[in-house]
Formats: sequence, structure tokens, C-alpha cells
Amino acid sequence: MKLRKLVLTALGTAVVLSSLAAAPAALAQVKEQFFPVLVYRTGAYAANGSQWANGYVDYLKLVNAKGGINGVKISFEECETAYATDRGVECYERLKGKNGGATVFQPLSTGVTFALTEKAPVDKIPLITAGYGRSESQNGAVFTWNFPLLGTYWVGADVAIQHIAKKEGGVAKLKGKKIALVYHDSPYGKEPIPVLQELGKTYGFDVQLLPVAHPGVEQKATWLQIRQQKPDYVLLWGWGVMNSTALREAQSTGYPRDKMIGIWWAGAEPDVKDVAEGAKGYSALTLQHGAEPNSRVVKDMLEQVYAKGQGTGPKAEVGQVLYMRGLLSAMLGVEGVRKAQERFGKGKVMTGEQVRWGLENLNLDQKTLDSMGFAGVMRPVQTSCLDHMGSAWVRVHTWNGSKWEFSSDWYQADEKNLRPMVMLASSKYAEEKKLKPRTPEECKK
Amino acid sequence: MGFFLETLIGGLMAGMLYSLVALGFVLIFKASGVFNFAQGAMVLFAALAMARFAVWIPAWLGLDSPFLANTIAFLAAGALMFVVAWLVERLVLRHLVNQEGATLLMATLGIAYVLEGVGTSIFGSDVYKIDIGMPKDPVMILEGSFEGGLLINKEDFVAALIAAVLVALLALFFQKTVTGRALRAVADDHQAAQSIGIPLNRIWVIVWCVAGVVALVAGVIWGSKLGVQFSLATVALRGLPVVILGGLTSIPGAIIGGLIIGVGEKLSEVYLGPMIGGGIEIWFAYQLALVFLLFRPQGLFGEKIIDRV
Repeated sequence: MKLRKLVLTALGTAVVLSSLAAAPAALAQVKEQFFPVLVYRTGAYAANGSQWANGYVDYLKLVNAKGGINGVKISFEECETAYATDRGVECYERLKGKNGGATVFQPLSTGVTFALTEKAPVDKIPLITAGYGRSESQNGAVFTWNFPLLGTYWVGADVAIQHIAKKEGGVAKLKGKKIALVYHDSPYGKEPIPVLQELGKTYGFDVQLLPVAHPGVEQKATWLQIRQQKPDYVLLWGWGVMNSTALREAQSTGYPRDKMIGIWWAGAEPDVKDVAEGAKGYSALTLQHGAEPNSRVVKDMLEQVYAKGQGTGPKAEVGQVLYMRGLLSAMLGVEGVRKAQERFGKGKVMTGEQVRWGLENLNLDQKTLDSMGFAGVMRPVQTSCLDHMGSAWVRVHTWNGSKWEFSSDWYQADEKNLRPMVMLASSKYAEEKKLKPRTPEECKK
Repeated sequence: MGFFLETLIGGLMAGMLYSLVALGFVLIFKASGVFNFAQGAMVLFAALAMARFAVWIPAWLGLDSPFLANTIAFLAAGALMFVVAWLVERLVLRHLVNQEGATLLMATLGIAYVLEGVGTSIFGSDVYKIDIGMPKDPVMILEGSFEGGLLINKEDFVAALIAAVLVALLALFFQKTVTGRALRAVADDHQAAQSIGIPLNRIWVIVWCVAGVVALVAGVIWGSKLGVQFSLATVALRGLPVVILGGLTSIPGAIIGGLIIGVGEKLSEVYLGPMIGGGIEIWFAYQLALVFLLFRPQGLFGEKIIDRV
């Protein structure tokens, strides 16, 4: 009994002492810019999610290694979502007020983005959804806190059709063609459908929709339908195991891989490396960057983070496609803070509202990007209060059996096609939610 | 007609693989009355072990032959599944003799979480490859009878063949061996089996071992098809409607149930899917199982439950 009392007293003392020791650290953290990191390192999409998370976290470490954002160090905390919307929302709630308040959220899930779109304006925290999320959220007049930077799924769908048209010899040749969309049966997978249907009407091609249930391990029936209907092209809108399964099924049903084009979430190493030769000729869109092992930012990462033993993931994956996606996403958030500091005070910790201003006034020209080590990786991004996307450049890369290689020049999404759709969809959203869109005058405030 | 036959054959071959997964459920339920929710995690764990051992062991021993590497990795993964079975008996089941079915079910849920966590901690969460030389390209048959011929997936065909052989061996084991009969006796009544000298603990280790080997074979086949990754754990969920349909206590039920589910989901996706938006094959299997639960709760071949009141 005495011993038990002794152990309990010792434990209690240890807890009190450790909390006292942690208190100054917690106070110190208030001076840091806090980045919550929603990740999925477990579950059905772990192989892809981990690489993105490693790139994201490593970039934050690299910024700290270089002295922070104008001297302001970054603190971060990961929260595991397992790509589940409920867990994503739970992570958001848990982290939004932590360490002085969240700078920005990047949920890496269209489902979670849909769920957070109504929460972010209340909490005044921007949502960056680089290459995913709601496509109509490009309209910053309505979606004041969403930033689908670099591109949306509507951009992807438009460019995919441009690429097919180029292969066929012009948009006139699209008439009468059959294009199948094999998609993840989720908000993510359904995003490109309106654009494809609209372009189908304009150019005269037929769109066949083939949903695949989560997680996408069973696609036999889908590919038998493809074998029967013989589409001219297959667009793959998958994630995780769904992509490699689709390529395996294409191989086993004899569908030519060079007639398959994936979205940028279906064009990374985990999607193809085990299919290897079976995926040869398969192409995917890129969100500007591809695998960039020779870029300067990757070299900096290896020298300043990995050489010191502070890297988050395996060194061999640094510079791979999804690693770069995570890295770029973190960079965009950091640059939003840097831009905000230009207005609200250099060397200060920025609030979510101030960071939103930074993200709305982002102007990363080529010179700046090159100086940051992104030469050849991406093109300039310039946002505004009304355009929260900032850029719509896409390239195509093709798997050669052992690595991804760029196989096209730059494409730019056709604003003539997309802008009216963005405006229509966002106005409808504003009407449903009884929101008053911001005017250009309000943007200047 | 050719397309219908292709879908039918594809469904039958997929169904054979579902049977293999369902067999894991049936084996453990038959022998211990436990509905083993950890079967999917066992498939994942075994496949991860096989995939990683096939890389690690040749590196340690300096082996060049892929056949030898795969054989040693398979044996090592089998041994690991034996250790898992022994630990499950020692740490979990031994303490739950004569407990309610729901308690045992919850225990297997716990085992599933432990196996998934430990598996990905030891072996990693990346996508790993199992290359046992399964043919990947399709073959065309009856080109004279049907336009474009009938497409047969060689990989699925070989996988279905392996599954069929394993199922036949297990059926023989249960029906014709002393251990098999002892397993069935334990399933009927733990206490009665113990009273006539059947060592309950040893029997449980044996049955979890056998289920482990079934999980390993299923993991190797599915892993070779899909790559080894976390989604393999969800593949086992495809076995649930199969056992509901076929009956939890029947090996032939698992086979027939697997085939019905395989064919049903493929035909429904192809012919009903386009009318109602597609992507229906997974829930169609559960709908079918639900209908069976309403009209024949014991499944096609399960033992009829008669309660005295």
C-alpha cells in the first residue's frame, strides 16, 4: 500500500513538473506561425498521402532551417484523417485554435474541403486546396476563404480534352469520339463531370461515365464495359489503389495504356511503379510540376534538412511527384504568410484573416520562383480577390516503364469555357447559402 | 452473348477469390464459434510479411533466384502467421473460454487493429510488390464462335485455380482427418469437447494457424493482383456477404456463396449499373446478403438454428 502511494506521488510530481517545464515552451509557441497539417499516413490511401505529407512537413522544416518567414519560425502539428471526412473535420476542430490559431488548412481531400467550406468563414481561416476541392471556389467573390491555387478539376478536365484534341489533330476531330471517365465515386471523382459534358456538347464527343466504389480494388466489371464499349480514350480520375488497379485491369483487358489519361492525382510513382511495364505509355496531367529530383529546392532540402537527419520520409522519395505536390502546397501557404507580412508587419505572426489577404494578393513571378529554387518546376501564380486560383497551367507526363517523363508542352485551361461555368455554379451556391458576393470595391478594403 | 459469357466467367473467377477470403471466416467460426473480424487484417499482415521478406531475405542471404526468394519468404510468412496464431490463443482466446459470442467478436476487432498497426509499423505503409510470376496479359478463346473472342484473364484464372485447390484440401482436412473432426467438435460445444479429452487450446492454435495460411494464400494472390497495401484489409469485407449467403459453418457454402456473389455483382454492375448510375457492385452484394438474412438467416448451407422455448 505504501509502495503504491509512493508510486502515485512520484507520478503526480512528474506530471506537475513536466507541465511546468512545458509551459515556457507553450508560451514561446505563440510567437510561432502555426501550420496544422491534416495528413493520412494510415488507411487505404496511406501510400499516396504519406508522400504528400512528407513533402509538406519537410518544406516547413526547410523554411525554419533558412531562418523562418522573415524571422518568424513555423510550428506545426500533424493530425491523421485517414482520408475520412468526419476525421478531417475533427482534426480541423482540434487544431484550429491551437498555438495561437491556425494559419491555413490544407485538407488534401475534396470531401473534407466540402465540409470545411462553411466552417472556414466562421473561424476566419483560409483553406488552400491546391489541385483539388470545389472547382467553383475559384470565384473569390463568393468563396472568400477557399483558395484552389494552381488549378481545379475543371481545369484538369478542360486540359485533358485539349490534349486529346491535339493528339487527334484538332478539336474538329473530337466529333463522334467516345471518351470514358473512370472515376472515384466520391465528390472528388464527380467534379469533372459537368465540364466534360459541356465540352462534349460543344465538340460533339460522347462521354461515358463509369464510377468505381471506394477504395477501387474491384474494377473488373468497369473494364469489361470498357472492352465492350471501346471508348477512344479513358480518363482516369482515381486516387490511391484505384489507379494501379485500373492500370492492371487495362492491361488484363488489353485496353491500350497510351489511350489513358489520368488527372494529376493519378499520375505519381505509387500509382505505376508496381505495374511498371504494364503502365508504359500511360499519361497523366501534372499540376505544373512532375517528379523534380534535379530542382534546386530539392537539392536545398537534401542539404539543409536530410543531411542533418531531420527528413520526415525516405530520402529516395524526395523529389517524387506527390512529395513535390506537398512541398508546393506548403510553399504556397508560406508565401501567403510572407505576402501578408509585407502589409501587416514583417517579422510578426499573422492571423488567418491577414493570411487570407496575403493569399488573395499572391504574386509569385518567375524571378521570385527561380530564386526560391522552383525554376523549371512551376510557372508564375498571381491571385486576386476575385480569382483565387491564380494559375491554370498544366503539362502532361508519361510513364516510360521506370519513370515519369514530360511528354507535352504547357497547356492553359480555356477560360472562355470555364469562367461562365465557375460564375454560374458559384452564383448558385451564393443563392443557396444566402451569401452576398463581394464587389471589387469591397476587395480593396 | 460473348460479352455476357465474359462477364459471367470474370464473375466466377472473382467469386473463387471471394470464397478463399470467406473460407478464413468459416474455418474459425466452425472451430471456435468466433466470428473473426480480424481476417482482413490477417490477409494484410501475411501479405506484408511475404512482400517484405521476399526483399529482405535475399538481401541478407545474398540470393539471386526469385523462385527461391519467394519460397523462403512464403515459408517465413507462414511461420510468422503461426506465431500470430499462438499469440492470439495465449493472449486473447485462452482468457475468453465460454464467453458470449459478442465478447469474442469484440476481441477479434481488437486483434484486427493490433495486426494492422503492428503490420504497418514493422513493414511500412508503402505499396509493395509480390511477384510470383503470375501472367498479366489476357488470352482470347473461341474467336471463331464469338466476334472478338472471349477474353480470359490468365492471372484470375490461375488465382481461381489455386483457390479451388486450397478449398478442396481444406474440405478434405475437415471431413477426413482426426484433427478436422476435433475442430468440428470444439465448434459444437467447447465444454463437451473438453470433457472428452480434446485439448481446446491446441485446437484453437491449429485453427488460427490454418486461417493464417488461408490468409497468406489470399494475401499473396490479392497482393500480386493489386499490390500489397492497406486496402487488402478491406478485401476481406467482400467475404462477409459470401458467408452470409453460403452459411457461416459450411465450406461448400463459402464456395457456392463466393461464386454467386462474384457473378451477381459483375452482372449487376454491367447490366443494372448503367440504369441506376453505376458503382453498384459492392452494395449489390450486401443487398443480396440482406435478402438472404430475411428469408434464410442460416444461409444456403448453414445449420438451421432451432431454439427451445
